Amino acid sequence: MTRLLLSFLLGWALLIQPAAAQNGPLRIEITEGVIEPLPFAVPDFVPDTQGAADVAREIGRVIAADLSGTGLFREIPASAHIGKVSDFAAPIQFADWKAINAQALVTGAVSVAGKRLTVRFRVWDVFSGAELGNGLQFAGTTDGWRRMAHKVADAVYSRITGEGGYFDSRVVFVSESGPKNDRKKRLAIMDYDGANVQYLTDSAAIVLAPRFSPSGDRVLYTSFETGFPRIYVLDVGKVKRRVLETREGSMSFAPRFAPDGRTVVFSLEQGGNTDIFEMDINTGKQTRLTSAPSIETAPSYSPDGRQIVFESDRSGTQQLYVMPATGGEAKRISFGQGRYGTPVWSPRGDMIAFTKQNQGRFHIGVMRTDGSEERLLTASFLDEGPTWAPNGRVIMFTRESRGAAGQATLYTVDITGRNLRPVRTPGGASDPSWSPLQN
Amino acid sequence: MNTLSKVMMVGALAALAACSNAKNDGLYGDGMGGAGYGSGTAGSGLPSDPSSPAYFQQAVGDRVWFAVDQSTLGDAARATLTAQADWLTKNPDFTAVIEGHADEQGTREYNLALGARRANAAREFLISRGVVGSRLKTVSYGKERPIEICSEEACYAKNRRAVTVLSSALAG
Repeated sequence: MTRLLLSFLLGWALLIQPAAAQNGPLRIEITEGVIEPLPFAVPDFVPDTQGAADVAREIGRVIAADLSGTGLFREIPASAHIGKVSDFAAPIQFADWKAINAQALVTGAVSVAGKRLTVRFRVWDVFSGAELGNGLQFAGTTDGWRRMAHKVADAVYSRITGEGGYFDSRVVFVSESGPKNDRKKRLAIMDYDGANVQYLTDSAAIVLAPRFSPSGDRVLYTSFETGFPRIYVLDVGKVKRRVLETREGSMSFAPRFAPDGRTVVFSLEQGGNTDIFEMDINTGKQTRLTSAPSIETAPSYSPDGRQIVFESDRSGTQQLYVMPATGGEAKRISFGQGRYGTPVWSPRGDMIAFTKQNQGRFHIGVMRTDGSEERLLTASFLDEGPTWAPNGRVIMFTRESRGAAGQATLYTVDITGRNLRPVRTPGGASDPSWSPLQN
Repeated sequence: MNTLSKVMMVGALAALAACSNAKNDGLYGDGMGGAGYGSGTAGSGLPSDPSSPAYFQQAVGDRVWFAVDQSTLGDAARATLTAQADWLTKNPDFTAVIEGHADEQGTREYNLALGARRANAAREFLISRGVVGSRLKTVSYGKERPIEICSEEACYAKNRRAVTVLSSALAG
């Protein structure tokens, strides 16, 4: 293990430790616990072919933005660079990079042949003068240049943190416009960083809470298209949708995929009472999973598909429960003050993210799957609906501002409560669902 | 759409101006939970005509309100719903969709379920006062269609509601 990686892992350990040592909920202030981000440099990638200089430079910018956006890295801007990299194969002049205190250096080269784009890159530990991992190359289309950049950034992030990456991923969300009492909502999809927004529905009907399938090819969501809430499945590539039939005269909502990509768990309301059901998406066969006079909703599978976490007000207020995926006895896991909703199981399986309401404030929080080690990551007038980055280290959620002019914005925060930042979207945005890493 | 419902729609246009959803054909009231309440423009016919939807909205009262996170009907709500039941009994050509709504202080899906509870509480009460169940549908908008948009209890109190939106059984 290189010195760079070691010092970085130490940083993570220090971040996690205070929370682990604490008994009961720990409120993490976003302004606290700031570690020193690791300084890095990405000199412009070298154009290997004529006319590749622009895209080579842009790729470098996206890589730097990805890394800086984590809050774990700090870019040393080109204006401070002493050295230049004009030949990808030439030896690195480490002294030039040490002098500006760049601890990590990313070098690369880009070639374009027709519509084909190839990116080669290397990651260097400047102070030990060693390469981190081996040089790699990614190939794709010129249209997909941002994805190539995200893939490089994912590799850099993984090599330095020892964690999986999350930059080559997408987010499906609800795009919002208009005033609060006449809000238009439409389904949209974008890269995780807000680039390449594409609309999947028009705004004729209210749409809510989209969720990706485990492979990212389909989206489940709720629409008022018929005048009544119904769940739909949409093929992202073809932008084709179909309604999933549920009982006439009832509402169906809160759909989520099981890890098998075939089973859907959802809420069905009949006669004012809401329970959780599962459905085979191909045959339409439905099975009841809960049977209580209380509200049971917002189900989410564990990554192994064996358990479901959901919210219920059977105790009198919204709380979180875990039950076997086949239904049966549920165990309450939330015991702090206030109300808990919208639980989402982490893709790593180790934690559950949730929305908490307490004393007129909303929080996004995380807890172990048995309810221990609760940590609140955010606080505002209205935060809700967490979704996990593919590596289980970052959470995206909706923040709605107060009052008549209130608007919804997407934010990300990491699971230590650090690095809260808005996601750039055209207009208002709510109900994000983060895709798995793309292939 | 038949001629009768066309004629009736003219009166309802103002109320529906804010609604672009064609599925609102034949609805009287603030379907989609959007337009104003008691603005005098809503509904069809004259408020002075006791069998008009406008009379139902303004004189009978088309909505009831709820306490925070509750779906039980208070005295005022029961009085309004009793009057609604009487009106619906006297005017058998109308059906209704009861819209349940929540204020913004709650998570989206929970609020959908809560709105459904409220709509159903109103429906059950109307049925207990003699309205045939098949004339009454329910839908919940959760917190998606507030009427008042301030983030204060004064607004929240008006948003926690169940609205009985009439529909002519004769409309196409």
